Amino acid sequence: MTSPSFDTIVDGLSEVDCDVLVIGGGTAGPMAALKAKQKNPKAKVILLEKANVKRSGAISMGMDGLNNAVIPGYATPEQYTKEITIANDGIVDQKAVLKYARNCYGIIEELDSFGIRFQKNENGDFDVKKVHHIGTYVLPMPNGETVKKALYRQLRRAQMLISNRYMATRLLTGASGRIAGAIAVNTRTAEFLVIKAKAVILCMGAAGRLGLPTSGYMFGTYENAANSGDGYAMAYHAGAKLANLECFQINPLIKDYNGPACAYVAGPFGAYTANNEGKRFIECDYWSGQMMLEFFNELQSGKGPVFLKLNHLHSDTVGEIETILHTVERPTRGLFHEGRKTDYRKDMVEMHISEIGFCSGHSASGVYVDDFARTTIPGLYAAGDMASVPHNYMLGAFTNGAVAGEDAAEFALNHDFEAFDAADVKLEQARVLAPTKREDGIPPNQIEFKTRRLVNDYFQPPKVTRKFELGQARLAEVREDMENTMVVKNAHELMRSLEATSILDCAEMAAHASLYRTESRWGLYHLRTDYPEKDNENWFCHTLLSKQDGRMTSEKKAVEDYVVPVADEEKDLYAKQRIRASA
Amino acid sequence: MPFAQSPSAVPVIVDDAKCIAEKGCRVCIDVCPLDVLRLSDLTGKAYMAYDECWYCMPCEADCPTGAVKVNIPYLLK
Repeated sequence: MTSPSFDTIVDGLSEVDCDVLVIGGGTAGPMAALKAKQKNPKAKVILLEKANVKRSGAISMGMDGLNNAVIPGYATPEQYTKEITIANDGIVDQKAVLKYARNCYGIIEELDSFGIRFQKNENGDFDVKKVHHIGTYVLPMPNGETVKKALYRQLRRAQMLISNRYMATRLLTGASGRIAGAIAVNTRTAEFLVIKAKAVILCMGAAGRLGLPTSGYMFGTYENAANSGDGYAMAYHAGAKLANLECFQINPLIKDYNGPACAYVAGPFGAYTANNEGKRFIECDYWSGQMMLEFFNELQSGKGPVFLKLNHLHSDTVGEIETILHTVERPTRGLFHEGRKTDYRKDMVEMHISEIGFCSGHSASGVYVDDFARTTIPGLYAAGDMASVPHNYMLGAFTNGAVAGEDAAEFALNHDFEAFDAADVKLEQARVLAPTKREDGIPPNQIEFKTRRLVNDYFQPPKVTRKFELGQARLAEVREDMENTMVVKNAHELMRSLEATSILDCAEMAAHASLYRTESRWGLYHLRTDYPEKDNENWFCHTLLSKQDGRMTSEKKAVEDYVVPVADEEKDLYAKQRIRASA
Repeated sequence: MPFAQSPSAVPVIVDDAKCIAEKGCRVCIDVCPLDVLRLSDLTGKAYMAYDECWYCMPCEADCPTGAVKVNIPYLLK
């Protein structure tokens, strides 16, 4: 391919079919595709990816460790399930969490067989670290920078059909409501691809480009900036239900750099989160809404900024931490500190509160799934950061991706292709290409910036009803501009325009879900000044958001009966984060 | 309405002397999660065409000749 053809819009439409279509080749996606193929080697499985499977997704540059490994001898599945139930303020369908906890050790063994190593101590046992409030679940990965390469090797070995640089834009469903496939557009040519599929698995990551980073750099997000919430938007438009979207993701990050500091790595070596006096103010650095609320309170109290403190540690220990932080996950951290002349041995690392997003990997906001990763649409599955299993991190993406892959392969065996209306494809082509037909108007980067700036201004917690209503009115104006005047010049900008529509959809969902739940829950994630108390009588439930007759609607869903009981005195352990002043 | 050209200093720099794109190498362009790298019509080398960088580093890590350098974008440096 020579450069003039890059990004030139080409008219084209092709159609393929498969048994199982996996959308998203980051973490959950490759595992789902592998497991679907393993379950039924005769099945035709396609892995579709907006970027390139080699380096896509949240773990593009690998990961320093497992944050939620349930290792025999260190923790039990029941203990883990209980801890996540408490960390997520009780709003958990435990069956899916317990299944994850039971399956994840098998996935660790499988990742080990892929060549990914897990740290062991001098006795040959897994060197599991304590970061959570109660249990011990963090397992370092000494060659964590190789994760994507190891996954890619497995995909090659399985001769997986991979379509890179195709962005899925809408799901296709049949008259019965069952999944029929998806429509995608090439991000470099704008050619369309219709994929008919018996089952579809969404593994499209977080909605990480929802809030605007305080640096003002649109792509300087916590999440991989390619994760623009397309999966949430597609699931919504297909009629799937989305759970607890008001439980935002907000993280404690290195200020401006906007990546993790990272207390999960440095904490077990003795580092901790400190205020401007260098003092601890939280008991536990595990990311929960309650922890983020104390972080926020400290900033408001005049004792901020908040820092990650390592300068009390031995130089060799700091060196060990540096080696991890500057080679894995976000390796440009080292360059950033160098630029600011920040030396971990001398200086504390300034931190701040991230922009908001949706991400079940760290909080609970996701497309609703049961313990088989099934969404509310027959034949449609979701796994990883965009599915509703809370706090599931990278290992959850792998484990639940595997669950989805196996169940989807079975679904595809028992079902034929669902027919869809060809007019749906025509309509979608017209929607996608509309900005290419205009000569004049607003470019997608301005639509996106304004959407995200409004998200920060009006939707960042603490949540105020009046501000939310104003924000909704402003976003409605942006939507009108987006639908009537957005203009793009090439295929690359077309991808950005589609992402802008996903981002605006997610912003509207964030507002709608937040206004529906008239209580405060999950610490800072859903702190409403008009309803400051937790209201278990009326709101000990999930909220499900969906499109009903073309309108955004929310409803309550009861929390399933616990399979692992939680005693009354344990229920608010995560609410007790603040260090008590000693007498 | 007319469009303005707003300049921005890009974080990813390619050393033309080391880049072997003219020999068919497309590694950095292939792996970029945000798809911001392109081939220059003028030089036949890779360059950052869109200022949409997550400063994540696959382009630098996977370049076979060490031609690519990822810097921290100025706004957050």
